Amino acid sequence: MENTNGALLRLSNLKTYFRTEDGMVKAVDDVSFELKKGETLGIVGESGSGKSVTNLSVMRLIPEPPGKIVGGEIIFDGTDVRALSLDEMRKIRGKRIAMIFQDPMTSLNPFLKISTQLMEVTQLHLGHSKEQAYKHAIKMLKTVGIPDPESRAENYPHEFSGGMRQRVMIAMALSCDPELLIADEPTTALDVTIQAQILELIKDLRERMSTSVILITHDLGVVAGMTDKIIVMYAGKVFEQAPTKELFSRPANPYTKGLLKSVPDPAHEHGKALFQIPGLPPDVAHLPPGCPFQERCYRVEDICRREFPPFVQINADHHSLCHFAQEVYNESSSPEGSK
Amino acid sequence: MAENIEPLSGTSLARDAWKRLLKNKLAVFGLVVLIFMLFAVTIGPPIVEYLTGGYTYDFQPTDRELVRSMPPSLMHPMGTDDLGRDILARVLQGGRISLMVGLISTLVSLIVGVTYGAISGYLGGRVDNLMMRIVDILYSIPYILIVIVLLSGFKGPNAPNWIKSLSEFFGGANNQGLTQIFLLFFALGLVSWLTMARVVRGQILSLKNQEFIMAARATGVSTLGIVFRHLVPNTLGPVIVYATLTVPSVMLAEAFLSFLGLGVQPPYASWGSLAFEGIKSMAIYPWQLIFPGVTMALTLFSLNFLGDGIRDALDPQTRKF
Repeated sequence: MENTNGALLRLSNLKTYFRTEDGMVKAVDDVSFELKKGETLGIVGESGSGKSVTNLSVMRLIPEPPGKIVGGEIIFDGTDVRALSLDEMRKIRGKRIAMIFQDPMTSLNPFLKISTQLMEVTQLHLGHSKEQAYKHAIKMLKTVGIPDPESRAENYPHEFSGGMRQRVMIAMALSCDPELLIADEPTTALDVTIQAQILELIKDLRERMSTSVILITHDLGVVAGMTDKIIVMYAGKVFEQAPTKELFSRPANPYTKGLLKSVPDPAHEHGKALFQIPGLPPDVAHLPPGCPFQERCYRVEDICRREFPPFVQINADHHSLCHFAQEVYNESSSPEGSK
Repeated sequence: MAENIEPLSGTSLARDAWKRLLKNKLAVFGLVVLIFMLFAVTIGPPIVEYLTGGYTYDFQPTDRELVRSMPPSLMHPMGTDDLGRDILARVLQGGRISLMVGLISTLVSLIVGVTYGAISGYLGGRVDNLMMRIVDILYSIPYILIVIVLLSGFKGPNAPNWIKSLSEFFGGANNQGLTQIFLLFFALGLVSWLTMARVVRGQILSLKNQEFIMAARATGVSTLGIVFRHLVPNTLGPVIVYATLTVPSVMLAEAFLSFLGLGVQPPYASWGSLAFEGIKSMAIYPWQLIFPGVTMALTLFSLNFLGDGIRDALDPQTRKF
């Protein structure tokens, strides 16, 4: 085992490209981050910014072709994930790294009983016998707060509500006590009250099982209360990376600022139009030279159109991809002044 | 707690489909006829043997008076054939073979077709392309030609050993008639899987990008596990429908082959071979043709009605009158 510096997962310069008829799509381009044991990382970004692809790359679940991890390193607990054979990878999937998907309505097999699906995981990875696996499945259902688990286990997915199915998905993901849980927009398809319950559940289980979590979302409200640090992604690149508190109080990137302003605030914006970042995310297959955000940025200057921005380090844990990162950071310290 | 929940348990798709099937009069008619036919061919022959005093499918009376084709009577409700054999007994025996050809060949086509289609659809890309082009090529050859080649190529002593041992197991050593029948099962099964493979592949293609497949991969399920545990069961609806429609088409093909003299050989009989024998003298002894023919037509109708009924029951959206 090489020295991991307490990092459970380290991505360095990950590049995942998709070959399409429209040219090479750089879905993930030069993404690096580190996740320590027990830490929770939020990945925020618009649709198509590469958040999901980053994590599918970690699991080596990129559909290939057309996708391919073309460069970089994925080190999970000291092992290079990219170098593993498929069989070895399969032993990690579901056992050491588990995943929860966005839409609980479609992520359970409609043809199999809940118990069967839960049992499959532990039979596969922990070598459980049928009875052991069944007992474990019931226990997991109880853990995630499904009432009357013995009779519910015999139901099929269509007999569950969305929130309940997401609970089942969480139960399945946590069955083998994974070291890393990747939650890919776990609450997007749920309504707000259920959303809160599910987040509370993930939070609670994370503390009890001391699992590291990567939480992917496009909802800043979701990550605010849950994460230790946040990565903001745009057009396949990391735009900003900072501890959660600092990111919310002193963003150093115009894009992050826009995102924060876009969160509706019912108390103060009564009657006012909601803020939005103008324009649309760029076509990742045909990025313009310079900064990918130039077209939509409020403080764009000539240099942004010419040169790709540097990844500026503002302090020990805070980085931002912008020519004017420092200025934006300074502006942010007095939020009223910038308005 | 559990008692309170019981009355709330919802209806499953299968129960729903069953309800809709029972509303379809033609399908119910088909189902009843088929069940009757299955009972008749399984328990019928010994009953006929008992009631007629020894007439089995290949029993020939020793009394020379009786060795001629007699019209239907109380003793022989379907009459007898040129050798004095009871036609009812032969129709029941023929039914066994015809239905077995239908079922076993469909089973063979099911196994081959589902496996082939599922693998092709799931792997996709170049493999899929190659596998489907093979299907296209096989499609373009008239299937009856392939069957004829298979049947005559592996005829008699040339039969593969496993088929020989299979027929030995059921009918004793060197039973050429039975070997030919088993050969027929597999020859027909091996040519009727093509459409099944296409049906399954289409289903798999639309299913494999669903999130639950990604979820299964993310939990570390192997490729085979995904294909056969997670994908194939989800294609069951269309597969059942197509299988019920394959049974009559295979039976028809068997009748056709036996009619040509390539299929079931005497002393065994199938509905096709009985009709073939009957047609030789249909002007003088019409009962020799009518009874096997009508029985077969009735069964094929029933199978088709039932197949259509199941299709409508499983997919109520497609056909609303």
